[in-house]
Amino acid sequence: MNKDILICGVGGQGTVLASKIIAAAAMEEGNAVHSAETIGMAQRGGSVTSHVRIGEGAYSPLIPHGSAELLLAFEPAEAVRNLSYLCPGGTAVVNTSVVAPAGSASYDGEPMRAYLEKKCRCIFVDSEEVCRPFGSVRFFNIIITGIAAGAGVLGISRETLTEQIRRRVKPKFVEENLKAFAAGYEIGSGASRQV
Amino acid sequence: MKEYVMGNGAIALGSLKAGVGLVAGYPGTPSSEIIETVAKYPHAGVHLEWSVNEKAALEVAAAAAYSGVRAMVTMKQVGLNVASDPLMSLAYVGVKGGMVIVSADDPGPISSQTEQDTRRFADFARIPVFDPASPEEAYEMIQDAFACSEKYATPVLFRPTTRVCHAYASVEVPESFTARAGDGFVRDSKRWVIFPRLSYINHGRIEERNVQIGKDFSAYARNTVEGTAAEKAIVTSGVSYAYVKEHGAEEQCRLIRIATAFPFPEDFARKALDGVKEVLCIEELSPYIEEQLLKLAGRYHLDIRISGKLDGTVPHNGEMSAELAGRLTDAFTGGIALPECIDTADAPALPARPPVLCAGCPHRASFYAVKQAMKGRRAFFCGDIGCYTLGNAMPLDMVDTCLCMGAGITMAQGLYHVDPDAVCFAFVGDSTFFASGMTGVVNAVYNEADMILCVLDNSTTAMTGHQPHPGTGRNMMGNIVDKVDIAKVLEGIGVKRVVTADPLDLQASVSLIRELAEEKGVKAVIFKSPCIAISRPDSKCAVDSSKCIGCQKCIREIGCPALTMIGGKAVIDADLCTGCGLCAQICPVGAIGGKKDE
Ligand SMILES: Cc1ncc(C[n+]2csc(CCOP(=O)(O)OP(=O)(O)O)c2C)c(N)n1
Repeated sequence: MNKDILICGVGGQGTVLASKIIAAAAMEEGNAVHSAETIGMAQRGGSVTSHVRIGEGAYSPLIPHGSAELLLAFEPAEAVRNLSYLCPGGTAVVNTSVVAPAGSASYDGEPMRAYLEKKCRCIFVDSEEVCRPFGSVRFFNIIITGIAAGAGVLGISRETLTEQIRRRVKPKFVEENLKAFAAGYEIGSGASRQV
Repeated sequence: MKEYVMGNGAIALGSLKAGVGLVAGYPGTPSSEIIETVAKYPHAGVHLEWSVNEKAALEVAAAAAYSGVRAMVTMKQVGLNVASDPLMSLAYVGVKGGMVIVSADDPGPISSQTEQDTRRFADFARIPVFDPASPEEAYEMIQDAFACSEKYATPVLFRPTTRVCHAYASVEVPESFTARAGDGFVRDSKRWVIFPRLSYINHGRIEERNVQIGKDFSAYARNTVEGTAAEKAIVTSGVSYAYVKEHGAEEQCRLIRIATAFPFPEDFARKALDGVKEVLCIEELSPYIEEQLLKLAGRYHLDIRISGKLDGTVPHNGEMSAELAGRLTDAFTGGIALPECIDTADAPALPARPPVLCAGCPHRASFYAVKQAMKGRRAFFCGDIGCYTLGNAMPLDMVDTCLCMGAGITMAQGLYHVDPDAVCFAFVGDSTFFASGMTGVVNAVYNEADMILCVLDNSTTAMTGHQPHPGTGRNMMGNIVDKVDIAKVLEGIGVKRVVTADPLDLQASVSLIRELAEEKGVKAVIFKSPCIAISRPDSKCAVDSSKCIGCQKCIREIGCPALTMIGGKAVIDADLCTGCGLCAQICPVGAIGGKKDE
């Protein structure tokens, strides 16, 4: 498999765990994997990205613009900011719930959504809503991974991902996270039937 | 076994494989995970430490290397400035056990003060430098660097860049590692004591030896030529090589990669350029290789047109990228086009997201207290390097200067001498205090400054990922040790007024600062409250919306990311709030409650 996946969001949203689980699962299925994370100053509330590159022949640590088949966006403005990484025909899974820039007024997410819809195939999801049963938006990273898997755009099996969640999440949070993943998977399968 | 690790992890594991026996360093993005990785893997027999600063780390390692132990030092590029005094001398003296100094460069810069280039430092110090292009390569090359260091009894620089340090890849590593023991320090003052005479003699030897190392490097397998015979060649290095490769440049022209910039592999380069009429240099930071090629062309009267940064083809500042490398390559060769992209020129305006102090960060409270206390007075706020540099952002706006680690203290002193009527403040973090703040305080006391030093003691080195330091009572050997007490250090230096305060108690902090501002001499406040990432309180604050009058004072004054306005009322995001209670203390109508001690 050759596939570039870009994960983006705001520092503190838990993008790194999603990237680690996807990378580990892809490796488990026999692929060469490279990835890169935003580390440093930007983790304090700035824009962050994880680049996951699956397959041989990926030299650049960062995904070249126009190469990612999948964009997992934890925030609508971040989806727009990173849209140029997506290849024409690629899919974006986008959280519609906005994160206001710290210390300033919130902004309207609707124009972002409308713009994205014009530009690529989108699966929209509202993190507030899907995380409600779990009591915290901290589960969103696992849910969005589930959505991508369920929609069939991740190219990694449900079992392999489940196993990696078991291995990589702190023991006392494993059960809740597996439930979150399953919930995401259902949403994803539903979405893929619609599109 | 196969390990999926960050480039920094690969460097750590490669050094363990090379039998490293001592690793010392000072944290700094993008280098910090090297030492953290050594700590995570079995490393029996290795002395591991976070030193107080890079100079200390380099000196500790030099002594180990004098004794035949393999030693590694890690730092970010600006750390090498701090360590440059011992480095320059050590270059003359040399070592016995292999010694590799990892200095991670940060093109962009992404998390640094400068865009300096460690390859220049290698040239300046006349010592070899290795420049890996990927984590896999870093794992191998760090081992080569140790071998080279030992062969020529010289310290060697190893220069990864952010995108190599923070990229993940799989490396095949042994199940266990064995630290190679040294044979003990052998006294020999003719060898280990630097004197003008020794430097004179060794200077000559070093230049002779460098010719030889240049020849070794000409045969080094990581200096590579790809592509067919052509009249055009791209010459590149480090991660720029990866970007150029990604674009398939070797299908368009000759692709030459220099992994050892100094001593320059001259024979290799001459051979690689045979028949070439035009060269484009694609490298990050300084045009180092470009200059070497210009020298080469001059010396051998080569008829080659060389372009790069010096003729304006490649930008001097900022990172290289796959796109830029691709565009430059295509413009140079008239070659294949970049992948088609979604056009985003018509995108809606995006919110800027400058990094901010976390919700509940005690630094916010310290800055706010000083700001309140100095309202209406002429005061200067000298900042320093750490999370608390983010105190510069609106609405706090409490950092007037920031230069380099430790400089805030001495700059506050300098401002006082030229403007004695202003109240001069220095803000310094606890890790920075130990790294390079203490000497500044001695200087200020000795030279009779009137100033207020605020030590923002959050019991960790937060900015770089929460490393321990001498004030934390833990070290990298896994031991609990005596804490070095900042208050006692200050008293020992002769600071007459040293007060420890809880920054989360706003009123008390404001009164204290007002009081100190009336006193002469150097005064110190240690604002002590742990970083919320190391001890996250369970408590939360909440807004009573029936009391909130929507005045927005909480939002306007402190810029806490947990506070927003929804429907004309302040709302606290419970996922972010730590219950620090600062907002509760500034709400004019008492609408915010729930602080831990209520
Ligand atoms: C010479 C040098 N070495 C290392 C660094 C990297 N660095 C940036 S901030 C920092 C320390 C921050 O710790 P502290 O002073 O305790 O402040 P905090 O981040 O905890 O608020 C370091 C080591 C640097 N910028 N310059």
